[in-house]
Amino acid sequence: MTESSTNKLLNGDACHRTSNGRKSSKNGFVKNHCSLQLPQNYSRPREKNQNGTHNSSLYKKPFLESFEETPLLVAVFTYMSYGILTIFGYFRDFLRNWNIEKCNMAQEREEQKDFVPLYQDFENFYNRNLYIRIRDTWNIPVCCPPGATMDLGERLTFDYNWTFKYTGKVMKGIINIGSYNYLGFAENTGACNIADVATTQKYGVGVSSTRCEMGNLDIHGELETLVARFLGVESAMTFGMGFATNSMNIPALTGKGCLILSDELNHASLVLGARLSGSTIRVFKHNNMQSLEKLLRDAIVHGQPRTHRPWKKILILVEGIYSMEGSIVRLPEVIALKKRYKAYLYLDEAHSIGALGPNGRGVVDYFGLDPKDVDIMMGTFTKSFNGAGGYIGGKKELIDYLRCHSHSALYATSMSPPVAQQIITAMRIIMGEDGTTQGAHRLRQLSENTAYFRRKLNDMGFIIYGNKDSPVVPMMLYMPAKIGAFGREMLKRNIGIVAVGFPATPITESRARFCISAAHTREVLDQVLDVIDEVGDLLSLKYSRRQKPRPSLGWMAEESHLQD
Amino acid sequence: MASGQQWVLVEMVQAFYEAPAYHLILEGILILWIIRLLFSKTYKLHETYKLTEKEKEDLIEEWQPEPLVPPVSKDHPSLNYDVVSGPPRHKIIINGKECINFASFNFLGLLDNDRVKEKALASLKKYGVGTCGPRGFYGTFDVHLELESRLAKFMKTEEAIIYSYGFATIASAIPAYSKRGDIIFVDEAACFSIQKGLQASRSFIKYFKHNDMEDLERLLKEQELEDQKNPRKARVTRKFIVVEGLYINTADICPLPELVKLKYKYKVRIFLEESMSFGVLGEHGRGVTEHFGVNIDDIDLISSNMENAVASIGGFCCGRSFVIDHQRLSGQGYCFSASLPPMLASAAIEALNIMEEDPGIFTDLKEKCKHVHKALQGIPGLKLVGEPFAPALHLQLEKSSGSRDSDMQLLRTIVDSCLERQVALTLARYLEKEERFLPPPSIRVVVTVEQTEEDMEKAVHCIKEAASAALK
Repeated sequence: MTESSTNKLLNGDACHRTSNGRKSSKNGFVKNHCSLQLPQNYSRPREKNQNGTHNSSLYKKPFLESFEETPLLVAVFTYMSYGILTIFGYFRDFLRNWNIEKCNMAQEREEQKDFVPLYQDFENFYNRNLYIRIRDTWNIPVCCPPGATMDLGERLTFDYNWTFKYTGKVMKGIINIGSYNYLGFAENTGACNIADVATTQKYGVGVSSTRCEMGNLDIHGELETLVARFLGVESAMTFGMGFATNSMNIPALTGKGCLILSDELNHASLVLGARLSGSTIRVFKHNNMQSLEKLLRDAIVHGQPRTHRPWKKILILVEGIYSMEGSIVRLPEVIALKKRYKAYLYLDEAHSIGALGPNGRGVVDYFGLDPKDVDIMMGTFTKSFNGAGGYIGGKKELIDYLRCHSHSALYATSMSPPVAQQIITAMRIIMGEDGTTQGAHRLRQLSENTAYFRRKLNDMGFIIYGNKDSPVVPMMLYMPAKIGAFGREMLKRNIGIVAVGFPATPITESRARFCISAAHTREVLDQVLDVIDEVGDLLSLKYSRRQKPRPSLGWMAEESHLQD
Repeated sequence: MASGQQWVLVEMVQAFYEAPAYHLILEGILILWIIRLLFSKTYKLHETYKLTEKEKEDLIEEWQPEPLVPPVSKDHPSLNYDVVSGPPRHKIIINGKECINFASFNFLGLLDNDRVKEKALASLKKYGVGTCGPRGFYGTFDVHLELESRLAKFMKTEEAIIYSYGFATIASAIPAYSKRGDIIFVDEAACFSIQKGLQASRSFIKYFKHNDMEDLERLLKEQELEDQKNPRKARVTRKFIVVEGLYINTADICPLPELVKLKYKYKVRIFLEESMSFGVLGEHGRGVTEHFGVNIDDIDLISSNMENAVASIGGFCCGRSFVIDHQRLSGQGYCFSASLPPMLASAAIEALNIMEEDPGIFTDLKEKCKHVHKALQGIPGLKLVGEPFAPALHLQLEKSSGSRDSDMQLLRTIVDSCLERQVALTLARYLEKEERFLPPPSIRVVVTVEQTEEDMEKAVHCIKEAASAALK
């Protein structure tokens, strides 16, 4: 259902995103208490602790991030609806057990009924009773490039989402505000497509060997030189899958006796990579520099647990833009801490590369910092470049080491040549090396769209999370039933959105996520906003209790920010 | 008796009155001293342990981390990759020299196939390249659904699921089912992505000797005894056997019929990784199950990549819906990663079309494999490892020179001199410190249907000459 719905909710193995989600939902409850006592106060505790004591001198421009408190009543209703869903779930399981209700789930074959069950029963409880009921809003097949508008394949269900029947009909011209198509490169025309066609004709699509053996094509070398130049680093290496870039390279960098400090909301791939490395992992609060500094200090002062030997090295894992919160990492402060405590910094720019900064070079560019201060620059090509795969950039020694020790380089098939070509062309356009101003135009369009969209949603009274410059715009829905309802109502009005709930988010904080693209025109955005307004009223989603901005102050006036 | 006791008490009180003041004071002080000794600690533990801020600062100042990465020597065997200019097809240009390709896993020669290219191009013109999202969020394209149903149909299973990266397929599939506390029995020669999947699952791992069913049965029996001791635990402990169809590290085939017998005898599920055998073995290229005539429903999960025989990118798992569907929410590499670019899915569909239309391609490949296997026998100093029908064979040194590095060096000279004579071979590369059971150094020899008899003769001749020159 969601990016991290894999983190099985009821399963002990849930990775730390989920478990922290649970924790923070508890915090949420405490927060609600505070807000009840201080109903007029808009500086929420969460905001306070995020922005309160930070070193504003490190920032060149205001760093505005807001996470409005969950209203108490909404939180209570949300818990109640989960409660009702659970009770109903048990009731229906009871009916299915006694064959009163037909069970549509695939069953174990007769010959293997006496094996140890493959799934523990409660593992699938959430799927069966919550996810399946609203799963018609996900996995809708797309029949064209995922650009500003898209065509979706129609599907029908006659058994409440247990099975789908594809009618073969196509719903045309659905506005797409859910794909990570930040710079609008998801197209089937234009310079990229022409170049890709030529490359496909020349190379074909496969490689059938690894980089280390017989799969190091000239086009890979070309791509890597360009990526290094784009990032402003000495050297870079590219990999065939973004997820694997994290999970297969972190183990090459740290090992036993090393410490990994990871943000609580880091993506599953970073969590998996950290876990595979065998290092000790400690988690700091999301984007909270005091929490990070405390962990760093304690780690160095106390050394490894039990043996008290000093740590071999400390690696900080952060993301550029957090895809579920829309927040931007406090990079200047992280770099200051990393320098002070001699830790290494691994920056995952999956969502921010191309989408942030005046030159589209990610968070480093956004804050006007030196890329050399980040030890490991990682990112993916899936989003802004409309390609596939990922990269790691950094010092030459680092990349040389990875060339010999990265799991990807030795065991995984290299990147498909047309994909590499797509990235090369898109990157050249962003850099302005194609001789046009198209790249600059796309970047400007994206940042204007982001500002406009966020401002309008705020004005309408929705609770919007995240940084004012982040093209990922999470809008709070809170209640589980509204996830399905919002998705369906929007799709009915020809707009495709992404709505996510537990376990990708804390249990009380289900949300819709909009991804702004440079391909959206003002008219398209206005159309989307009108519909959101309408559906928002229909489902009463306008939870925000902040005062309507006075025109003279502008919409940001009430946010706490660092320049204060 | 009572009066006597009373008398003692009276006497005591009297003595108290009569005692001199200094005596009483002294005794009082002594009592207080004892009380103090009883209630005070000899030293304060906390005070000595607590560091002052200054000391902490000093410690932080003093701490020097190891460098992020150790330096790599300039002549590390994996550092300088051979550069392939142009497509890695049958005639491959390596470091500027045109060679015959005996190194890419392009078994069916589909990498350079015009039909595949055409379909990929059509798809490219329709969809562009990327998908800009994971499967759940507008990353499912109609071609993905088509490919999944085609794969299921091809393999004659209920369902198939595709991943965007071959390596991530089995590495995600294993931890989707096997959790902490579960037990996995694995062949020692299992490939690296299986090893990573095992590690991610955090289950108990029991390795059995490569292809040794007796050893496996011994482990299973041990486990059975263990289970009888603790039946409550055994009821929730899932057990899996993870094997490869054709082992990439040894080019051996797994004894599947015996494994299936053991499966039902000990109630263990089988996961089969078929990256080397899918599209290679069996009359219709369905892999080891077809090769042995094993009912495919007896295998709980089959995974393979689409990067070898299919010559596209990505991987898939197939089996019964009951098993496979679970990965749609639990396969990490499936739901957290962007989906497979549609053009690569289209290429894979066309590859399946070709495989279905002309099953003769598999007989052809088999014949060629047998031919090469026979021709490479008996090269002095070199030992051929692998089944006669395996398309990716290993040539190992008959006698190690003592160190792994010098062995690799020796094999490298053979590969280099073959490259010089326009036969492209490659060394099998491993992460020496990471592999659980490091295979001996070897030269990979890959057979494809595109190789003609002359090509093969030339290659065998080159290897023989290079070997006799290098291994004097």
